[in-house]
Amino acid sequence: MIGNVSLLEFLSSGQLVENHRPWPRYRLDGKAWRALVERLDAADWTLMAEWGEPTEIHVALRDEVNRDIAVVSRPAFDRRFFALGQVRPGAVRIERAIRDLWGLAPEGLEDQRPWLDHGRWPSRRPLSAQPQPPAEAPPAYRFLEAEGVGLHQIPVGPVHAGVIEPGHFRFHAQGETVVRLEERLGYVHRGVEGLLRDAPLDKAAKVIARVSGDSTVAYSLAFARAVEAALGCEIPPRAHWLRALMAEMERMANHVFDFGAVCNDAAFAIMLSHMGVLREQLVRANAAMFGHRLLMDRIVPGGVATDLSPEGAEALRHLLHNFAKNFRKAVALYDSAPSLLDRTAGTGITYASLVHRFGAGGVVGRAAGRAHDARRTPGYPPYDELDFDIPLYAEGDVHARLMVRAEEVRASLAIVAQILDSLPKGAISVPLPQVAGEGMGVVEGFRGEVVVWVRMAEDGTVLHCHPHDPSWFQWPLLEAAIEGNIVADFPLCNKSFNCSYAGHDR
Amino acid sequence: MISPILHFLFRHLIKGPHTMRERIAPDPDGLGELVAALERAARRRLGRSLSIRAVDSGSCNGCELEIHAVNNPVYDLERFGIRFVASPRHADVLLVTGPACCNMAEALARTYAATPAPKWVVAMGDCARDGGCFAGSYAILGGTDAVVPVDLHIPGCPPTPKQILSGLLALLDTAGR
Ligand code: SF4
Repeated sequence: MIGNVSLLEFLSSGQLVENHRPWPRYRLDGKAWRALVERLDAADWTLMAEWGEPTEIHVALRDEVNRDIAVVSRPAFDRRFFALGQVRPGAVRIERAIRDLWGLAPEGLEDQRPWLDHGRWPSRRPLSAQPQPPAEAPPAYRFLEAEGVGLHQIPVGPVHAGVIEPGHFRFHAQGETVVRLEERLGYVHRGVEGLLRDAPLDKAAKVIARVSGDSTVAYSLAFARAVEAALGCEIPPRAHWLRALMAEMERMANHVFDFGAVCNDAAFAIMLSHMGVLREQLVRANAAMFGHRLLMDRIVPGGVATDLSPEGAEALRHLLHNFAKNFRKAVALYDSAPSLLDRTAGTGITYASLVHRFGAGGVVGRAAGRAHDARRTPGYPPYDELDFDIPLYAEGDVHARLMVRAEEVRASLAIVAQILDSLPKGAISVPLPQVAGEGMGVVEGFRGEVVVWVRMAEDGTVLHCHPHDPSWFQWPLLEAAIEGNIVADFPLCNKSFNCSYAGHDR
Repeated sequence: MISPILHFLFRHLIKGPHTMRERIAPDPDGLGELVAALERAARRRLGRSLSIRAVDSGSCNGCELEIHAVNNPVYDLERFGIRFVASPRHADVLLVTGPACCNMAEALARTYAATPAPKWVVAMGDCARDGGCFAGSYAILGGTDAVVPVDLHIPGCPPTPKQILSGLLALLDTAGR
């Protein structure tokens, strides 16, 4: 039967794995996996995350028609699997990384170069059953070539001029115009998944909170939700609401600062100063309310670590009133500066077709016609009780990404106001039950959809955990967006994406 | 009609810098004294010029956020003559964040080599001391001192702007000697 088979119908021939929540997990054999890959070529199923284990490969998929989510696994005792990257370009780098870490070979993948492994670890395939000795010297990385009269290469990084994370960019340029950009990442690979193997829960939570520091709330939230799903644990309503408050504070702080930083890269420094002050107000409020400027380790499996006092809530309400006013003024300033708009409008365009092909979410997706927001789909409490808008633009340029940020800040302000008005009373955490299980958490961070998958042992140990950063599906689009732009606009485009290096490299 | 940008600039001129406004910089825990001490030390030892090059050798980017914060108008590090520069060749100090990742070790060592002497290395954050919560991973060598010699360590995860300011003050005390 060809046609509109839904994801769950398709998977029903597989073996359902017990104790996986809240979405089902199916195990497929090699043949069915191959059929899945072939079907993915045409089906409207979004790749959410893909990861490995020493003898199994997993992929999380979402059916865009009926919004079902499922995890699909294929045992890989022969240490190879039919690559999704053949039909889903967003999977290519993930699968190159899967080989680097777990030694599972992606069959049929055109690009067989290593990705995270720069030949500098003490062993190759460090997470596989049998890690191998390293190569004698780090191998040279083969960049893609471009040919033409007058073409020259510009290598940039890993250490950049500004205060940003390390990564290498290889430009092929003709005069000022970028003909091709190729990224090389993996410099800040810290071996997070290795640290999360057989880790006590509190240690795992600390590491997860530091996968990408600017998204610490999102990661802790996704992890907590995954653990709670795995253990079948319900947390008190007040905890849900406080978590959402923290998540929106994080979203605003990052968006506000990014708005300033993008303008700064277009030589409009006053915006950075202004937004820097607004951000400072938010992180100080975080420290006053919850005891940490970035809210690290405030969300824990079972609830939240710190309660919000009535005075704290009142102070925040007062602060946000002024904040909203000043933010509005700053955005009006942006709108009234034609020289700035001249730099942002029409620069660094991502096309909707590519955004959909890569399944890119967050600001990058919503600035180019892809409306996905995990707070709506699949949704999680308390957002089902909150009223908020999700901005959507079609242009896909730097300007659209700025506008999405500005509107999301306004939406977050409205959300926080609602939270402060109707914050339920009661406990803020519950003790965790002692059971084994597997779970997945899906959360909308400021950058897009953060996915965390976890397998828990009965004694509360984290056996395996995989954090997925939205940047995986955004970094490749930056390469496309800069094509045909001038080299000097790269910082502007890069900042307007603001992908995470740490979250991607893990 | 005056243009919005003029209006904006004018308002800020009248109100004075953020560093002086009580509302935004309350001083419950001695930030003011710290700032004054930093100013004295910076002037005495360096004639108001210290250039810092930030290097991320594997940070989660939390430390970077607080480096940005000390450069915002509320803390305004530049008023002490302490500047972040674009190249290690212009720098007196390397401010290193994150554990020393294997994949960044060579870049860090080369950045250090490119910095002209006399030079100082400040390891910022718990990760840069000993790897922090990433200690024991196959992908890191340890703290910053696993790759380059460290003169000073600023604790915290991430260090708050105040901790960064007092760290820099301590460095000025060392550096001027
Ligand atoms: S010290 Fe903390 S904030 Fe800084 S890089 Fe390490 S984990 Fe991130």
